Amino acid sequence: MKGIESRKKRYVDVVALHREDGSVRPLSIVWEDGRRFKVDRILDTRRAASLKVGGTGVRFLVRIRDRDTFLFYENPRWFVEEKVRAGEAR
Amino acid sequence: MHVDMNTFYASVEQAEHPKLRGKPVVVAGKEELRHGIVLTKSQEAKAYGIKTAEALWEARAKCPGLVVLPPDYPLYKKYSALARDIYYQYTDLVEPFGLDENWLDLTGSIHLHGGQPRVVAEEISERIRAELGVTVSIGISWNKIFAKFGSDFEKPDAITEITRENYQDIVWNSPVGELLYVGHATERKLAAYNVRTIGDLAHASDAYLKRRFGTIGLMLRTFARGEDATPVKAYDPARKDVERTVKSYGNGLTAPHDIFTASDAKALIYLLSESVAQRLREDGMRARTIAIGVRDGEDLTSYTRQTKLPYATAATRDVARTAWTLVLANERFDGTRPIRGLHVRATDLVAASEPEQLSLFESKRDIALRLDFTIDELRRRFGNLCIQRGAELVDEALLGVDIKGENTVHPVGYLHS
Repeated sequence: MKGIESRKKRYVDVVALHREDGSVRPLSIVWEDGRRFKVDRILDTRRAASLKVGGTGVRFLVRIRDRDTFLFYENPRWFVEEKVRAGEAR
Repeated sequence: MHVDMNTFYASVEQAEHPKLRGKPVVVAGKEELRHGIVLTKSQEAKAYGIKTAEALWEARAKCPGLVVLPPDYPLYKKYSALARDIYYQYTDLVEPFGLDENWLDLTGSIHLHGGQPRVVAEEISERIRAELGVTVSIGISWNKIFAKFGSDFEKPDAITEITRENYQDIVWNSPVGELLYVGHATERKLAAYNVRTIGDLAHASDAYLKRRFGTIGLMLRTFARGEDATPVKAYDPARKDVERTVKSYGNGLTAPHDIFTASDAKALIYLLSESVAQRLREDGMRARTIAIGVRDGEDLTSYTRQTKLPYATAATRDVARTAWTLVLANERFDGTRPIRGLHVRATDLVAASEPEQLSLFESKRDIALRLDFTIDELRRRFGNLCIQRGAELVDEALLGVDIKGENTVHPVGYLHS
């Protein structure tokens, strides 16, 4: 991917629906600057290790504004694989 | 099937921290506390010749730039539990052997997964890699010993099948030290008689093994021949964990006054048995062996006696009667030897969910057990003292004693101090 040098594990605020049957559905991600990203669709849910930033959890493949990205539920925390752009300090 | 998570601590660290991948990593104890030895090494560190249990300075000398990490046990436990969650999807018979190794008995469930152990092993291996980011090596065989041998035979990330056709080639040609429970000392002793491979051990004579090693020798030969029939012990996935393997339940009490009469002793035995049995039931266990401990009132010496039941039980009636029979067999109650304290312990545990051989002649046990569960429920709602046994009411000093609530004595400390 152009411009992306690496990724890092970024814990995020998530608004989620915890259903009666125990399943969890993330509704939106709240970024640290207060921006809110609505999860438009959940394309895939599975337990998986993050190969990019390490750790393991329930991995949601979510579609946010026509972009697909992974959102991990590490129980009790959520994290994303944040893009670190080339030249940016890590 | 035996599943071994390769270089477990180091692999988990590498899975958790991608920056460590591909680097020589060791997880080691704290140097300041003089615990500075290598607990696990990554594959990369292994390539430098670093060994487990080596001192850190030795390891550093072999490999400049070695990454040394302190152990993070909660993290390893998390990965260990996640791995077992995967195993439980293939069988309920999963026996942990430390955090990183497990035996799986697929005998009863293999047909549900297509009937091919190797295919199931591949699937488990693949899932562990995808879901946890670490690798496993798996040994498949018809007995636990050879399965363990198989998982050690090739690693990391490998599957080895030990079959009735190939075991003589693979297992018997290997050095005897690779067999489970053959340590260095045993290996040396065997070598003195030119028993060097597992095959040699399998062919050793009764007389030699008995003379040199006692019954253990015969056990090892059973292992070597692949005749070990030890079952994979089921652990209740919901509550059992490797770090909490309960071996026994015991309660003991120093009586409010020294005990001279049989009825007082009986009251105390029933009180203790009740607490032990209740705890067994709460944890979903049954015990096959009941033990008592008696402490003498005069010189404070103590002894223990135990007996094995023909069945496993969690019924208060069974525990109490057995314990009381043991006391009666050993105490005279003629007023000469007062008892200071008593102790009841239930060991040889099996999960209550395990199938049980029913007896044609003993049918009242489930009635007793149902009564016990009713009593448990009453006590849960109204307190441990809301309902008591007649035998316990004989001794007034014991009336207010709530063994279970106040006095869960640790079994070992009580009589062996």
